[in-house]
Amino acid sequence: MSTVAEAANASPPVDLSAQFQPTLYHTVESGEGVALDLRDFNLWYGSAQALFSVDMAIQKGMVTALIGPSGCGKSTLLRSLNRMNDLIDELRISGEVIVGGENIYRSGVDVIALRKRMGMVFQKPNPFAMSIFDNVVYPLRVDGVTNRAVLEETCERALRSSALWNEAKDRLKESALGLSGGQQQRLCIARAIASDPEVLLMDEPCSALDPIATAKIEELITELKGHYTIVIVTHNMQQAARVSENTAFMYLGRLIEYGDTKEIFVNPKLGQTRDYVTGRFG
Amino acid sequence: MAMPEHTVKEFDADLADLAQMIAKMGDITARQVLDALDSLEEFDTAKAENVISIDATVDELQHDIEKKVILTIARRQPMAVDLRDLIGALRISNDLERIGDLAKNIGKRVVALKAETPRSQLMRGVQNMGEVALTQLRDVLDAYANRDVAKAVAVWKRDEKLDAATNSLLREMLSYMMEDPRNITLYIHLIFCAKNIERIGDHSTNIAENVHFIVEGRLLSDPRPKSDTTEIGTG
Repeated sequence: MSTVAEAANASPPVDLSAQFQPTLYHTVESGEGVALDLRDFNLWYGSAQALFSVDMAIQKGMVTALIGPSGCGKSTLLRSLNRMNDLIDELRISGEVIVGGENIYRSGVDVIALRKRMGMVFQKPNPFAMSIFDNVVYPLRVDGVTNRAVLEETCERALRSSALWNEAKDRLKESALGLSGGQQQRLCIARAIASDPEVLLMDEPCSALDPIATAKIEELITELKGHYTIVIVTHNMQQAARVSENTAFMYLGRLIEYGDTKEIFVNPKLGQTRDYVTGRFG
Repeated sequence: MAMPEHTVKEFDADLADLAQMIAKMGDITARQVLDALDSLEEFDTAKAENVISIDATVDELQHDIEKKVILTIARRQPMAVDLRDLIGALRISNDLERIGDLAKNIGKRVVALKAETPRSQLMRGVQNMGEVALTQLRDVLDAYANRDVAKAVAVWKRDEKLDAATNSLLREMLSYMMEDPRNITLYIHLIFCAKNIERIGDHSTNIAENVHFIVEGRLLSDPRPKSDTTEIGTG
């Protein structure tokens, strides 16, 4: 569902100091109930290292927020979870991302099948220039599903799940581009969940939306969790505080502090986290 | 606490203003308590009237602090230590306002006692308690101003002594009342004064707990030492 161009739009590689040796504080442990498990994960864009030895257990059925200043590696981390970064030249990784007991970076993994298990929603709504209906069932059509009843049933289920059904049910044949920005974003979420993924990866899904559309997406995230594991990158700290169970603070390519959202925003353990969440970052 | 400044400088100014307002409110209430105790010692009704009338200023300051906290939360969406700072200021201003009320109540009793004026040697005991409570209040205001957790915890622990002093004083007053029923009016007033002083100590420990919360981000968890053994002290 994404293009090379989108991947190339990711934050440009930044010259990160490899000497930076921060104190880390993580309270989310690997083990039972973990959907995605990053182990000693490193990533380089050419010679520039963007992620440094990230260990991160993402809990199943919960919302995990990634926060941090621009260029800290949060989008890179998010895109590593469904190997979207593979589309970038000169990309090199080391370490593992374990999903369902398997390392998604081992050779022979079907990347297309993997991405189907990880729906992705981007900053700017990106509906295809086709009807609302065709947008939602696009992943099924790619899979070769032609049965009209199956497509219609999936379309309704996905639109209901994304809280767009009532607004869209009478205009399914109309172009998706006629929808408002917020509706388009919910359509993209519907499209992402039409293929019944296990994980939803959201890269600043509300940054282009007005407050009401944002509230609707947040409400939707709250409804979808439990059924899906959601990882959301956001620059809006209040949003992270509102929607997530766990929050990860990243800085210069490291996962600095990772734990219960309540703790991160009320009583962060590390000075760097505190300075970021309180707006003291230079 | 060496913390970098906020990117938005006005936020730092907001927080500094609030700390200033709390300090001012603390000064006035400490003065109120001191004057209330003096007026009791000297049966100085003019001073007592002054303690009563200044309470309006304290109430007004509390409202100002409340407004400032609400506006700052709405405007800045504070997080972490900033959020705790604001909530702490709100709670501390509440405790200070109550302390002002208690001092005012002592003042009212001094005015009412004017007609009685039989002296009692227990007045000294009430004075001593009052001095302890006033030290507690001043120390905790210091602890707040300097974000000094150790000092706050010390105040918190010392409250036990004040409670114990109240209890023994109350017991003594009971026996004096039984001895001579003509003393009852005086001692009822003195009992309330002692109780007010004890409550001032309690509010100071509340402030100590808030200083701890602001700095450490968690509540002072051990149960507070209590040594209330007389039934009359209950409440």
